[in-house]
Amino acid sequence: MSLLELRKLNKHFGGLHVTNSVDLTLQAGEIHCLIGPNGAGKSTLFRLILGEHHPGSGDILFAGENITVLKSFARIHRGLSVKFQVPGVFKGLSVRQNLEIALQSRHRGAELESEIGRLLSFLGLESEQAQIAGNLSHGQKQWLEIGMAVSLKPRLLLLDEPTAGMSPEETHMTGEMVQRLNADGMTVLAIEHDMAFVRQVAHRVTVLHLGQVFAQGSIDEIVADERVAAIYLGQAHA
Amino acid sequence: MTGLVAMFRRLEGPQTVGRGPAFWGLFAVVLAVALAYPLFSDGYTVGNTVYFFVWVFIALSLCLIWGYGGSLSFGQTAFFGIAGYGYGILTINFGSAYGFTLVALVAAVAIAALFAVLLGYFMFFGRIAGVFLGIVTLAVTLMLERFMAQTAGPEWHIGVARLNGFNGMSTMPPLTIPWPGEPIVLFADVGLYYLVLGLLVFVYLALRILMNSSFGNVIVAIRENPERAEMLGYDVRKYQLITFVIGAALAGLSGVLYTVWGQYITPSSMGMTAAALPLIWVAVGGRSDLTSTVIGTLVVLAAFQALTIYGSQYALVFMGVLLVLTVLIAPNGLVLGVMNWLGRLAARFTQRTG
Repeated sequence: MSLLELRKLNKHFGGLHVTNSVDLTLQAGEIHCLIGPNGAGKSTLFRLILGEHHPGSGDILFAGENITVLKSFARIHRGLSVKFQVPGVFKGLSVRQNLEIALQSRHRGAELESEIGRLLSFLGLESEQAQIAGNLSHGQKQWLEIGMAVSLKPRLLLLDEPTAGMSPEETHMTGEMVQRLNADGMTVLAIEHDMAFVRQVAHRVTVLHLGQVFAQGSIDEIVADERVAAIYLGQAHA
Repeated sequence: MTGLVAMFRRLEGPQTVGRGPAFWGLFAVVLAVALAYPLFSDGYTVGNTVYFFVWVFIALSLCLIWGYGGSLSFGQTAFFGIAGYGYGILTINFGSAYGFTLVALVAAVAIAALFAVLLGYFMFFGRIAGVFLGIVTLAVTLMLERFMAQTAGPEWHIGVARLNGFNGMSTMPPLTIPWPGEPIVLFADVGLYYLVLGLLVFVYLALRILMNSSFGNVIVAIRENPERAEMLGYDVRKYQLITFVIGAALAGLSGVLYTVWGQYITPSSMGMTAAALPLIWVAVGGRSDLTSTVIGTLVVLAAFQALTIYGSQYALVFMGVLLVLTVLIAPNGLVLGVMNWLGRLAARFTQRTG
């Protein structure tokens, strides 16, 4: 069953055609990675899915419902959630308060307390709970934001470069975290440059180039594709 | 007992400074002193104190919208003026019998809130934010001031209430409480003092509960990162609008109380100076905390009045210097800085003795 379906999605910024007739279908339960060189239109595609940008034409279907004109918060209510590229935590508030804000619309009282505790241990941030989120390390901020996004128990989790700025060890741990979430039934769409991470988690990979779907398949098929190597991997290894 | 503990718990939280028996003990002492104060003072001085208290509501409105919500409104005086004039127009037309002045108070605050719904809707749903919000709100208050200033002619009246241009509106009745025998008229002395003090305590505690609730959590989340807040499923614009309207109602309450205190209201109450002063009180006190705002406003107002009374012609210049110094030395507010320092000192003391 397809969970997310993008149909002929277009987005222009002035004369710049950032998203060019993109068709993309995500099956429920898969981990799908979106790769492509800088400027390929990956982040714009995320913003279209989230309702931060509105497409010039085309449709976005989520679980069979057309959500193209829905406001962002309403899409979140439908079961979407996101972790941004730049860590989007509430910097001036404590780690605990960050999680409380994420969880409070679903839980109250003692249940809220225990959910916060559970999430803190899932993220390995128990000893940092009283700290101001702005003082966390970059990797910890990324995890905190993933935790906030996950706390909504979304059907589809969007991750924009979840391992950016992380050490190889942190990257691997993040991959395991994503796999655990997926095992619990969460569908994941991730933008990622780190090929080790993509190899670790991706069931399917889509390559975007100049706003268009350039190639699609398993990571081995993508790596073996010479055209992809020419536009992306070739540059990456140069 | 458990009910009392639960109530105190709702009054405390990460959004407000001050917690525990020590804080509430001090609060009770300050309140007791405030309640006893008229017994040891004369009516004129008490009336002057009411004047200080009246401004605290508009300061709290700015604390809510700007300090907690992160939206700088430069035009809280617009709601102040609308409610002040609203009270004047209603009571001059309908008098003070049958407790109508109390109805007029509520109605005038409601009119200000309604205006905020309209203005706020177009601003927040039109995605106006940051410095532009300040510019729009300032433009609105200055426009209202200009408009009211040119209503001197006899053709400018609503019912029997003349708007009176730059001289402003006066002769509206003071607040009058219907009472068996003879109604109680709250002139600007002891009677009005207790009413305003009661309102102040009520608003302060209510705002503490509001800010430490899940609603308050969302408000500070929007200040910190509106995009993240929206992506957690919160309708950011709706929350911003509700905060703006509550703030406008508080500014309106200030306006009505000011009008009943002096029995006059003029266009200059919506002018540039009037709009800028609350910003200074709140910034100096500490805009992101209710208690700091209350203390800061009262201290700065008292200092400002002392300066203007005792000969200095430069009170406004002093206010400007104070704002610059605050921004340079303690950007989060001088009073808040001192309170946090005291908190750390107390924590260290408890650690050592414990």
